[in-house]
Amino acid sequence: MNLTSKTYELRRDIIDMVYRSGAGHVGGDLSVIDILATLYFRVMNVTPENFADGERDRFLLSKGHCVDALYMVLGEKGFFDKEEAKNTFSAYQSRYIGHPNTEVPGIEINSGSLGHGLALGVGMALAAKMDHKRYRTYVVLGDGEMAEGSNYEAMMAAGHYRLDNLCATVDVNRLQISGTTKEVMDGGDMGARFRTFGWNVIEVSDGNDCGQLEEAYRLAASYRGKPTAVIANTQKGRGVSFMEDRKEWHHGVLSKEQYECAVKELTEKIESWKEAECDESNNQQTGNL
Amino acid sequence: MNQITNRQAICDTLLQAAKEDKDIVVTCSDSRGSASLAPFAKQFPEQFIELGIAEQNLVTVSAGLAACGKKVFAASPASFLTTRSYEQAKVDVAYSDTNVTLIGISGGVSYGALGMTHHSCQDIAAFAALPGMRVYLPSDRFQTKKLIESLLADKKPAYIRVSRSATEDVYDETIDFILDRANVLGIGKDVTIITCGELVPFALKAAEQLRADGIDTGVIDMYCIKPLDEAAVLKAALLSKLIVTAEEHSPYGGLGSMVSQLICRKHPMRVITLSLPDGHMVEGTNREIFQYYGLDAEGMTRRIREAFASEAAV
Repeated sequence: MNLTSKTYELRRDIIDMVYRSGAGHVGGDLSVIDILATLYFRVMNVTPENFADGERDRFLLSKGHCVDALYMVLGEKGFFDKEEAKNTFSAYQSRYIGHPNTEVPGIEINSGSLGHGLALGVGMALAAKMDHKRYRTYVVLGDGEMAEGSNYEAMMAAGHYRLDNLCATVDVNRLQISGTTKEVMDGGDMGARFRTFGWNVIEVSDGNDCGQLEEAYRLAASYRGKPTAVIANTQKGRGVSFMEDRKEWHHGVLSKEQYECAVKELTEKIESWKEAECDESNNQQTGNL
Repeated sequence: MNQITNRQAICDTLLQAAKEDKDIVVTCSDSRGSASLAPFAKQFPEQFIELGIAEQNLVTVSAGLAACGKKVFAASPASFLTTRSYEQAKVDVAYSDTNVTLIGISGGVSYGALGMTHHSCQDIAAFAALPGMRVYLPSDRFQTKKLIESLLADKKPAYIRVSRSATEDVYDETIDFILDRANVLGIGKDVTIITCGELVPFALKAAEQLRADGIDTGVIDMYCIKPLDEAAVLKAALLSKLIVTAEEHSPYGGLGSMVSQLICRKHPMRVITLSLPDGHMVEGTNREIFQYYGLDAEGMTRRIREAFASEAAV
């Protein structure tokens, strides 16, 4: 099954949650959602049923402010009721706070202060090697987050210990709260930074394309001797045209009109994706006959 | 005098425990030598991880290991561990409640003339303020061993500070140790000194001298600063005329602050707090620094005698 229509349904869920709560980081949610959906629905062996199993894959959202998107994916996986998260996100005494925390089923460890996830992932990958376990550790970072120096300590250790069971994804949406990442702090070529520390690097030209992402993760899983960085070139706000490539939507809140407009656009896209997926499926069946 | 340092006692205890527990992991930041943990790295290379001179990474990687079932002991100079990686300790160890024991080696003014960059006289205040973090400053090697054995048995975050040099023995193998209960070495009718870490032997000598001078003095070894053994403090407050705290720390937020806060709340009375100053410290060995600021046995004796005289006059 094609994931695209599902990612647009998840986008509509995110818009719902952000609108109802008046909180969240919608721009980054919409850039990272395809990465999260690909990992949870195509790549990782993480389910509510196996979450206590030591062999499950580990997932860490280092750019934790995009937890809104993660909540919707975890809800879709069945870890909890999506509506509960939508209705109580960022509310008084809610467990669905604005950064990942272990009160929420499916969250591995608290995160959200930028520059911590990769080092946590290094620890988890080292533990797997020590215990001869086969699980893989996946960390998702933001390109703005890559200004944090602690990331480079973690990259160095991952390269040094040749952690081929560790896969980092950088959601390169090219925008952060004050402007473009190039304007705010230009750290140079993203892939080159990882390569310098001994990583295998896979560039994904469209990081909002689940097919391209899935292929990158397949290559990463079979690569031996080095950790892999997937550099996913995404678009901030992808899927809602008035949000695309606009830094104002880093943590913008929708008005009623904007909400209706976004839902209308996403619903139309979901319908057209579903039609396309249906045609594709029919063609395949005809071909099989 | 005893030549075995507390860091060596930590290594010996971990070596013993690791024979039967493959989940014990030691992490270092190019500090295996200064932490006396080189024997562990040699004997259990599969359970030792070198992170290089990168203290932030040391702490967060340790938390990641702990999240996968490891019992991690992360050792690095207290000066760097408690400041450079403070946020990592706050988020990845304390907030995430990971099974990591942070070992601050060469704490306080252990590094002496290496200067202020290498002193850690803020660590008690800083780490005690972290929700979920426990803070321990053991005095001698026997207490250190018991403390490590106790921490191996639980799964909660902790910070331990030990000195660089060997501390005089206060106890022996028969030490009576209960985690989070102070070792009460005496309650004085006149004065009780509440202290911890390397200053305990000095306080015992001062108490001996003061008793010879007719001032009945006792000593509480408050190795558990957080959670503070409140019962021990209050017992001393009820029975003594004057409470004195002595610590290798800044005057703010350490043992003196915590004892004063408790006494003020539960049993108001005068408390004298002896500490290092808030400022650029004199250069010298740790012993010379203690002497300069009146934290050695002689200095404590003099300052307590003066304080008690003025207390008696009141």
